[in-house]
Amino acid sequence: MTKTGAQILWECLEREGVKHVFGYPGGAILPAYDALKHSDIHHILVRHEQGATHMADGYARASGEVGVAVATSGPGATNMVTGIATAMLDSSPIVCITGQVGSKLIGSDAFQETDITGITLPITKHNYLVTHADQLARVLREAFYVARSGRPGPVLVDITKDAQQSSCEFDWEAARPQLPGYRPDLSPEESEYAQALELIHKSKRPLILAGHGIIVSGAMAEVLTLAEKAGIPVALTLLGLGAFPASHPLNLGMMGMHGEAWVNHAIQEADLLLALGMRFDDRVTGNLKTYAQDAKKIHIEIDPAEINKNVKVDVALVGDLREVLKELLPRVESVDHTEWLDSIDKLKGDSAVRDVQKLPDNGHLYAAHVINDLWRETRNSNTVVVTDVGQHQMWEAQYFKHEKPRSLITSGGLGTMGFALPAAIGAKVARPDSEVWVIVGDGGFQMTMSELATIQQEKLKINIAIINNGFLGMVRQWQEFFYERNYEATPLLNPNFVKLAEAYGIRSMAVTERSQVLPTVRAARDHDGAVLIDFKVEQEDTVYPMVAAGASLNDMIRRPSPIVETAADE
Amino acid sequence: MLNIFVVYVENKPGVLTRVASLFRRRAFNIDSLTVGRTEKPEVSRMTITVDTNPDQAKRIEANLYNLVNVLLVENITHEPAIARDLAMIKVAATHEARSHVLELASVFRARVVDVAPESLTIEITGGEDKIDGLLEVLRPYGVVEMVRTGIVAMRRGTTSASANPAQTKTPEVAADEGVSYSV
Repeated sequence: MTKTGAQILWECLEREGVKHVFGYPGGAILPAYDALKHSDIHHILVRHEQGATHMADGYARASGEVGVAVATSGPGATNMVTGIATAMLDSSPIVCITGQVGSKLIGSDAFQETDITGITLPITKHNYLVTHADQLARVLREAFYVARSGRPGPVLVDITKDAQQSSCEFDWEAARPQLPGYRPDLSPEESEYAQALELIHKSKRPLILAGHGIIVSGAMAEVLTLAEKAGIPVALTLLGLGAFPASHPLNLGMMGMHGEAWVNHAIQEADLLLALGMRFDDRVTGNLKTYAQDAKKIHIEIDPAEINKNVKVDVALVGDLREVLKELLPRVESVDHTEWLDSIDKLKGDSAVRDVQKLPDNGHLYAAHVINDLWRETRNSNTVVVTDVGQHQMWEAQYFKHEKPRSLITSGGLGTMGFALPAAIGAKVARPDSEVWVIVGDGGFQMTMSELATIQQEKLKINIAIINNGFLGMVRQWQEFFYERNYEATPLLNPNFVKLAEAYGIRSMAVTERSQVLPTVRAARDHDGAVLIDFKVEQEDTVYPMVAAGASLNDMIRRPSPIVETAADE
Repeated sequence: MLNIFVVYVENKPGVLTRVASLFRRRAFNIDSLTVGRTEKPEVSRMTITVDTNPDQAKRIEANLYNLVNVLLVENITHEPAIARDLAMIKVAATHEARSHVLELASVFRARVVDVAPESLTIEITGGEDKIDGLLEVLRPYGVVEMVRTGIVAMRRGTTSASANPAQTKTPEVAADEGVSYSV
C-alpha cells in the first residue's frame, strides 16, 4: 500500500507497540504531526523538548518498554541532548524522532537546521538520518530493536521534511532490520562458568554487588536464589535499588559515596566481589588503587566494553545476566557464611546510633524524616518514586526502602537535575495504576517546573514533594567540606511554590514541622488530582556518610555522634 | 606497544566519523587510520594502529563492536601479517645530487615517479622502518614535501576474515539509495 513517510512513521510506531509519545511540534516535523490524526497513538504535549526525553526515559524505566520522544529540527532537537545523554548513561531504551529540513537544504544552514545526528553521535547507542520515505520503515524497526536489545540505550531517528511528505510502497514484512554487525546476544564460554564457580565455592567472605542490569534483564528471582543458596550478602548501586528486596536479611543496602558505612567496609573486607549488571562507576568504587584489594572479582555484564574498564576482574561472564545466572545457579553449592554475616552485623551497630531518625526531636524538620515518613505511609502501595539529583536523592536512597524493581526512577550516571518531574510524568503515563511520587530539590524542580502544565493538561495524579532547603544542597555540602564553607552561588531565592502550583491549578501545601508530615501526605494521597507539597526542611543538613571524591571507600566522613550533635545545638 | 586492528565496517555514510569519534571520546590515541574498499562493495576496511597496552586493546575491540555498523574487528598485532605503508617523497635534487638520490632510491627499491628540474619525487612502499630509513638518508639533500598513507595490513596465509561467521552475514547490508558513500 502506498503511504507517506509521515503515515509510515506512526504505523511503524504502532506496530512496535507504542501507545504514547511525548513531543513538541515545529516546522520540520509538521507533516508527521498532520498525519497523527489517523493514528491511535496518544500524543502528550510537553513544555520543553528536554522534558519529552525525560518523560520517554521515565516511561521506559517504569515499564521496561521503549519510550518515544518527538521534536522538530534545530532547537527542538538540540533541547533533547540532555535527556538523550541521561538515557545513554543509564542504559534506558528510548527512541527520539526529530524533524529535519528538506534533504536538498541539508548543509546550507537553512532555518532551524542543525546536524543532530552529528551532535548526538557520542550520546546515542545509534542514530539515523533518513532522507527517503522508503528507508523509513526499516530504519524505525532497527531503531526499536537496537534501543531495546542488548544493553539498552537511546536511538535517534532524524527524518527530513521531504521524507515525511513523499510517498512510497509500505511493506512492514519486507522492511526487516538489516544489522549484520550488531551482536546483542553474547554468552560466556563454559570454562568461564567453571572459573566463576571455583571462586564462589572457595570464598569465605563473598559479596554480591547488585546493579541496574538485574532490573533491565529481569533477573530479580535468579539473584535472590543465588544470594540465598550460596548465603551471599547483597550490596546495591543507586540504580540497583529495588533489584533485591530491602527487607531481605541478606540485603545490606546501598554502596558507594553515600552508601551505608557497613556496606563500604564490607566491600573492602570481602574476598570475593560478584558484580552483577553494574559497571564500577567512580561513585561506587572511590579510589581504584585501594578498592577491594583482597577480593577476587567476577563480573557478569552484558556489555563487553565494561570489562576491565575501571576495575580489573578475575573472571568476566559476558552475556544477558538472567541467562548467565540460569546457567550458573544449578551448579552453585550452598555454603555457610555465618561468620562473615555476623562480622558485617557488628559494623551496623555503629551506624544505627548516628542515624538522624534516632536523634531527639529538636523541632527541626529533616529531609530524612519526610522521606522515611513517606515510605512508611506508602509502603504497602504500588508506589513509584522518581527522584532528581542531589541531597534529597541520596536521602531517598537511604531512607526509602525499595522492595520491588522499577519502584525507584532516578538519574544515576549523568546526574541530571530537572529529571524528576518530567520522568515522573512518563512513569505515570506508563503505569497509571501506580502511585507516583516525585521527590525533588528546590533547585532541580525549577529547571523543569514548566512541565506542571503538562501534568494538568493530561490530568495526571502525580504527588510532588519538594525538599526545600533554600540551597543547592549537595553543592553546598561540598563547599562545606572541601571549600571552607564558601557558599558561593548556592543559596536560592525561591518563588512561593504553593502559589506557583496553584497558578497551574495544582493543589498545594507547605510543611514546616514533623508532626504535619503524615497528615499532609495522607491528604495528598486522598486528593484525586496532582498535589505539590513544599517541605521546608533544615537548611544546612548534610548527607552522611560520605566518601570524598577520589578517597578510599572505607575512608568516610561520618555524622558526628549524637552526644556531639546535642552539644553543638546548645 | 603498537597494536594493529583490521576493522570491517558497513560501507555507509558517517561510519568513519563514528569510528573516529569513538577513539576521541574514549581517549584512545590513533596512530594511523586508513580506509578503503574491499572485495565486497558493501564493506569497507580500516587499518587502525594504536599505541596501547593489551588490556586497553581489548577494550578498544569491545568498544568498536558496540558500534552498530562495525562488522568485524581483528587485532593482528601478534599474528603473522604483512603491514605496508606507502610514501611519496619530493627531494630537492640539483644536477650534482641527482645521481646520489637515484642511487639511494634504487638501494631501497623505491621508484622515481616524477622528475623536475629542481626535484625528484620518489615513491616507496614497505614497512614503516624501511620508509623511515629512506627518509633519514634523503634528509641531507632536502626533503621538500612528503606524504604517507599510514599502515595497511593483512594476515599472512589462507586465513581470512571471510571465514568468520560474522562476516558471512555481510550480503544483507542495505543499499541506501541517493546517499553518497563517504564512509
